[in-house]
Amino acid sequence: MAADIAGARRAPWMLLSPSLATVGLLLIIPMLFIVVYSFWLRTATGADQVGFYLDNWIEVLGDRFYRDILFQTFAIAFYTTVICALVGYIPAYFVANTPMKSKAFLLLMLMLPFWISYIIRTMSWINILGTSGALNTVMLSIGIIDEPIQMLYNQTTVVLGLVHYLLPFMILNVYVSLDGIDKNLTEAAQSLGCTGFQAFREVTLPLSLPGLAAGSLLCFVLAAGTYITPIVLGGPRDAMFANLVFEAIVTQLNWPLGSALSLVLLALLGALVVIYTRYLGIDQIAKSFK
Amino acid sequence: MSGWSMIRIATILVYLFLFAPVAVVILLAFNANQFGGFPIEGFSLRWFEALWNNDAIVRAFKTSLLLGLLTSAVSTTLGTMAALAMVRYDFPGKRTISTLLVAPILIPEVVLAVALLLFLQALSMPKSFGLLLMGHVVFTLPFVVLVVQARLVSIRRDVEEAAMSLGATPVQTFFEITLPLMLPAVMAGMLFSFTISFDDITGTLFWKPGGVETVPTQIFAMLRNSISPEINALGAVMVIFTIALPLIAASIARVMSARKLRASNRKTQTA
Repeated sequence: MAADIAGARRAPWMLLSPSLATVGLLLIIPMLFIVVYSFWLRTATGADQVGFYLDNWIEVLGDRFYRDILFQTFAIAFYTTVICALVGYIPAYFVANTPMKSKAFLLLMLMLPFWISYIIRTMSWINILGTSGALNTVMLSIGIIDEPIQMLYNQTTVVLGLVHYLLPFMILNVYVSLDGIDKNLTEAAQSLGCTGFQAFREVTLPLSLPGLAAGSLLCFVLAAGTYITPIVLGGPRDAMFANLVFEAIVTQLNWPLGSALSLVLLALLGALVVIYTRYLGIDQIAKSFK
Repeated sequence: MSGWSMIRIATILVYLFLFAPVAVVILLAFNANQFGGFPIEGFSLRWFEALWNNDAIVRAFKTSLLLGLLTSAVSTTLGTMAALAMVRYDFPGKRTISTLLVAPILIPEVVLAVALLLFLQALSMPKSFGLLLMGHVVFTLPFVVLVVQARLVSIRRDVEEAAMSLGATPVQTFFEITLPLMLPAVMAGMLFSFTISFDDITGTLFWKPGGVETVPTQIFAMLRNSISPEINALGAVMVIFTIALPLIAASIARVMSARKLRASNRKTQTA
């Protein structure tokens, strides 16, 4: 019997150990390693000088160039999040309140974008907005314009591409919290004299805020960490912070500098996640997987 | 116009926004126009033929397929075990473990990619297929844990207890009772990790050795030149592939459960 109890105590750890080892060896230790690495120095010869140098940090935190791109990154992520929240709330509301039969179909359609490759969804906008794209072709044939105009490769198209990529995350999160609201509550509000809109503003909207917050966090963090969208849909001046990381690591091979840059990104986005979990808990995000 | 019908129209517009660009990719993949844009000049399969004859693309497709299958095998095995532990047992430090398991989602993928790459390079392990696999496993593991965990909760414990009380060993119970009941959850985890791995580009660009391309990185490299009809055709293949896969899996699951139901009906009849 004693052996049984000891076995039961050991069982979860035996089941968990491969995953924990994976996360520990391939994530936690590497993260700690780049913290150390960011204080090393890449010398002109290409060798790393081991030690405690603040040079990378002084460069990253002191240089206007990095700060400007950081602001630009956060601006792009912010616009993306706000647009996703505004545009995504309406379909989420519709799906949550529509009759059962069309609901299943609409939810399935909402899952589809997750199965379609990110790079394809991003590049698909070239077919719409490019000089030989759908929009130019239509405008040329109607005669609004005489020659194709270039609508791509600016900050607006970067935001557009990100909204297109992240909108399903927002809709799904808002839907989950809207769907969990007891319908009796809005009915009660209306029977007590609220108009439909008042009932929405006073009851439904506040109750859906956790979903809206979870969706916004996801959108912001994912948008701020991207470097593919600005390369595909942005111009040369629309680089985001992750592009700098990629440049430093893959192109310049300045790994200590790249470490410091990625830690800055991690610290800022991590702070957001921590503030969020402090107030709302991590469970809200996990809910959308059910 | 009532408020509800305005909401309906807005919803339709949002869905259009989500799907129209992808539909255009598929449309242009069948376009005979040699520059890969409008106008539509007739139906043609020549771009799919060009894909088939393009060695680089076929190689990328094989790499993606192999990587996706290995990733989903490893991370579904690990993730299902972890999910079992989280759903079935109470133990000290459970909350911390739970946060640790989803940590890879909370860390921006770029940072995760940098950390893993630099750590393994410091151990003098060069970029390799192995590094790609490790990266994809870490990155997909939390999704598997969450997906499987969510579905495991609904499996009732009493069935297992009944089997044990009737004399089945824990191992027997697992393979005869728990595993079949868990199968849909495990399949969902496998599909999830496969598609995430198959689509991944952010980490893959950091981890892939020179000369090795997956389908997304191949598309990305081709985009550097300009959009070509071949890219649209490749996009169409990817879309059809990643959408058909879950649908096929779902129908296999349905056929399998129907057959099992019939078999068990037959058993009860003969008994």
